[in-house]
Amino acid sequence: MATQHSRSAARIMMAPAVILLLGWMLIPLTMTLVFSFKRYLPLRGGDLGWIGFDNYVRFVSSSAFWPSVQTTLIIVGGVLVITIVFGILLSILLDQPMWGQGVVRILVIAPFFVMPTVSALVWKNMFMDPVNGLFAHLWKAFGAQPIEWLSDASLFSIILIVSWQWLPFATLILLTAIQSLDSEQLEAAEMDGAPPLSRFAYITLPHLSRAITIVLLIQTIFLLAIFAEIFVTTSGAFGTRTLTYLIYQRVLESQNVGLGSAGGVYAIILANIVAIFLMRIVGKNLDT
Amino acid sequence: MARAVTTRRKTINTVAAWAIGLLIFFPILWTILTSFKTEAQAINDPPLFLFFDWTLENYAVVQERSDYMRFLWNSVIIAGGSTILGLIIAVPAAWSMAFVPSKRTKDILMWMLSTKMLPAVGVLYPIYLLFIELGLLDTRIGLTIVLMLINLPIIVWMLYTYFKEIPGEILEAARMDGATLKEEILYILTPMAIPGIASTLLLNVILAWNEAFWTLNLTAAKAAPLTAFIASYSSPEGLFYAKLSAASTMAIAPILILGWFSQKQLVRGLTFGAVK
Amino acid sequence: MGQITLNQITKSFGDVQVIPPLDLRIDDGEFVVFVGPSGCGKSTLLRLIAGLEDITSGVIDIDGKDATEVPPAKRGLAMVFQSYALYPHMSVRKNIAFPLRMAGLDKAEQDKKVNAAAKVLNLTDYLERRPGQLSGGQRQRVAIGRAIVREPSAFLFDEPLSNLDAALRVNMRLEISELHQTLKTTMIYVTHDQVEAMTMADKIVVLQAGVIEQVGSPLELYHTPRNRFVAGFIGSPKMNFMMGAFSAEYDAATIGIRPEHISVSHTEGKWSGKVGVSEHLGSDTFLYVDVDGLDDPVTVRSTGEVAFRHGDTVHLTPDADKIHRFDNQGLRIA
Ligand SMILES: Nc1ncnc2c1ncn2[C@@H]1O[C@H](COP(=O)(O)OP(=O)(O)O)[C@@H](O)[C@H]1O
Ligand SMILES: [Mg+2]
Repeated sequence: MATQHSRSAARIMMAPAVILLLGWMLIPLTMTLVFSFKRYLPLRGGDLGWIGFDNYVRFVSSSAFWPSVQTTLIIVGGVLVITIVFGILLSILLDQPMWGQGVVRILVIAPFFVMPTVSALVWKNMFMDPVNGLFAHLWKAFGAQPIEWLSDASLFSIILIVSWQWLPFATLILLTAIQSLDSEQLEAAEMDGAPPLSRFAYITLPHLSRAITIVLLIQTIFLLAIFAEIFVTTSGAFGTRTLTYLIYQRVLESQNVGLGSAGGVYAIILANIVAIFLMRIVGKNLDT
Repeated sequence: MARAVTTRRKTINTVAAWAIGLLIFFPILWTILTSFKTEAQAINDPPLFLFFDWTLENYAVVQERSDYMRFLWNSVIIAGGSTILGLIIAVPAAWSMAFVPSKRTKDILMWMLSTKMLPAVGVLYPIYLLFIELGLLDTRIGLTIVLMLINLPIIVWMLYTYFKEIPGEILEAARMDGATLKEEILYILTPMAIPGIASTLLLNVILAWNEAFWTLNLTAAKAAPLTAFIASYSSPEGLFYAKLSAASTMAIAPILILGWFSQKQLVRGLTFGAVK
Repeated sequence: MGQITLNQITKSFGDVQVIPPLDLRIDDGEFVVFVGPSGCGKSTLLRLIAGLEDITSGVIDIDGKDATEVPPAKRGLAMVFQSYALYPHMSVRKNIAFPLRMAGLDKAEQDKKVNAAAKVLNLTDYLERRPGQLSGGQRQRVAIGRAIVREPSAFLFDEPLSNLDAALRVNMRLEISELHQTLKTTMIYVTHDQVEAMTMADKIVVLQAGVIEQVGSPLELYHTPRNRFVAGFIGSPKMNFMMGAFSAEYDAATIGIRPEHISVSHTEGKWSGKVGVSEHLGSDTFLYVDVDGLDDPVTVRSTGEVAFRHGDTVHLTPDADKIHRFDNQGLRIA
């Protein structure tokens, strides 16, 4: 259905979106790349000239770098494991016949719609506060010493908060995938004498593998970038400084733009590696 | 599941699912409950669940002290504005991709989606700098543009999938009937795609409303939306749980309600159609 | 007015040439049917005329003016699509009025024309309904209504009846023919069904793989098909083809004989064979006879009363004047 006329119209109509996104991507990316090769301290002299790969080397060799990588990996890994394992269990449960399924679904999905600053603050104060938090009350009720969650178990606390936010997403996607599983397959396996656990292992799990991969990739991209949850709770203290947060501090807090930009380039490369895998799957899907 | 299930099984499922559902929902429930307590009751040990003196005082205090309405208004403008702006740009683009596909259409679409994965922190300073240069820092228009840009790929993507379900012959009929391109999109395509456009709008309002990187880093006071307003509670003075809860409840309530309507779109929009 | 001329037009999708150079002239007021097997390029040709696709090379004239570069809306043509392509969000009234609205007619004028069209098409009672609430035949009429209110110089139909059930198809066929009698406007009608072509057309254009095999009136095609393809495509049941000794006798590579031009007898005839299947339609009986020396059974059309049974030996005699002869290129030998 295309004439020359409609094809050129199409090109014109696609232009704003393409140009805007191209600008949005290229301009800041180029600037980051340029800054990363400069000594650039806006509050202490500004642009102090080219310094080659110094920033890249310094960023990686600074004492904060490896701990931040470790923190990032622990948080991302922890949240992924929790959300995917519980997501699978929960989606299987929600797929079972029950009364009030719709309402339960709504309850489970709700945390995803809570803005990150709200969930971070609510958890920090009303649950994890060592004096007045609900957990403190609970611990005391059992005669235990309340835990200083965000300083003594800071990583665990952040993983808990972020998992709470992302569990609904994983559950919803996996539930959607489970519901597309042909129940006759399971029934056939049952007729063949497969016990529930093998039915799960040999039919449900393989069917879910694609959805799990997608949850894994999408969440990784978002989790690598979590910010508000740390900003609001610990501001990067107590070993919760992720790579994202470290870069943020270099750029806006210590105003070392060159160094922060080099870190930014690392972050972009990291995200791109994940994104390539995701786009492969998405691309394959677009063909069908 | 065409099979009959024993009532016993169903009861067990129901109890388990409700218990877990309520557990997951509990922090939200607790926040809502606390917003109706006095500050003293809010930190009472043992915690008070339902039997306290319900009060609306916190809501009044929050509004009075921190001018809640201003932040709310900023959120509405920024989330709504960025979504509508995004739709205006995305509808023609999605029309092109869906109805005049070329060999490159798929690549363009994939590239657009991949820009969504650019880590914000990687471009924080350039954007910050550009915002200062252009006088956009701490302005609603600046934030609206940024949020429009970060959600544009999802808007284009979702509209594209909805448009593809509309038969091209109907648009051709309109063309034969003398409709110009603008009329074709305005009178035929858009009305036919209303459900899809509404879903797209909904999901993107939610995403923009909850966005908490750019809203925190590009605003100070004037243009700060609710995300930033809530973040300002992170270093509080005195007793503030009840007020925090009231503020939080107000910030999440509208989106919670919209969110419940948009579960399906969430899957379509955020997995880029890879899960059906 | 509604005269359309195609001069050496071609159409390629990428590297694939779907329409090789093609010439065709359609006169004002003619009912022209494009017929051919599915995938042969009928829709493409129609869409080229409509302006929904660009021609790759060549010139289209409409009413004597070069329309090659003219956008669809400006060509003064109306099209009825196979899927009807009704606007689902508009009432029948609004659907029919849409082209008028686009043309900027005022409301009163629009209503007048819509009401007139609705009356002709028996849609008056349905004007406030949505397309989704109509039956297939009614939708078809709405699509036609939307076309006629524009008073186009020609109508283009792309397999308009293929989504209807058999009975309705016959009705709509008659209605469209009547419409043509009343309006006397040029109509170009695409179908893969040769019965529709034979019953409706003033002029039939037989297409195969984008090439025009023959243009002519239904009876011309029936009596003097230009080649084997046309001979086999036009007429129902299909023409029987015979080769080898059978055709050598007539100095041809192939001979064709229509089922209705063979007489059958228990006792004597030119060829003999055994009755395979016989189909009794009441008015006619179709016999499929396995003739000695031929691979394919010969179809014979006989009167409804004949009593031949499976396995009966019968004798067939062709009507000598009605034998079509083709050379080894498949072309008709005069
Ligand atoms: N938009 C297109 N792109 C590529 N090939 C096409 C397109 N439209 C039609 N074709 C090809 O052109 C040929 C003719 O198609 P069409 O005109 O629809 O046939 P008909 O209507 O006679 O069934 C077919 O082989 C079809 O595959
Ligand atoms: Mg066709």
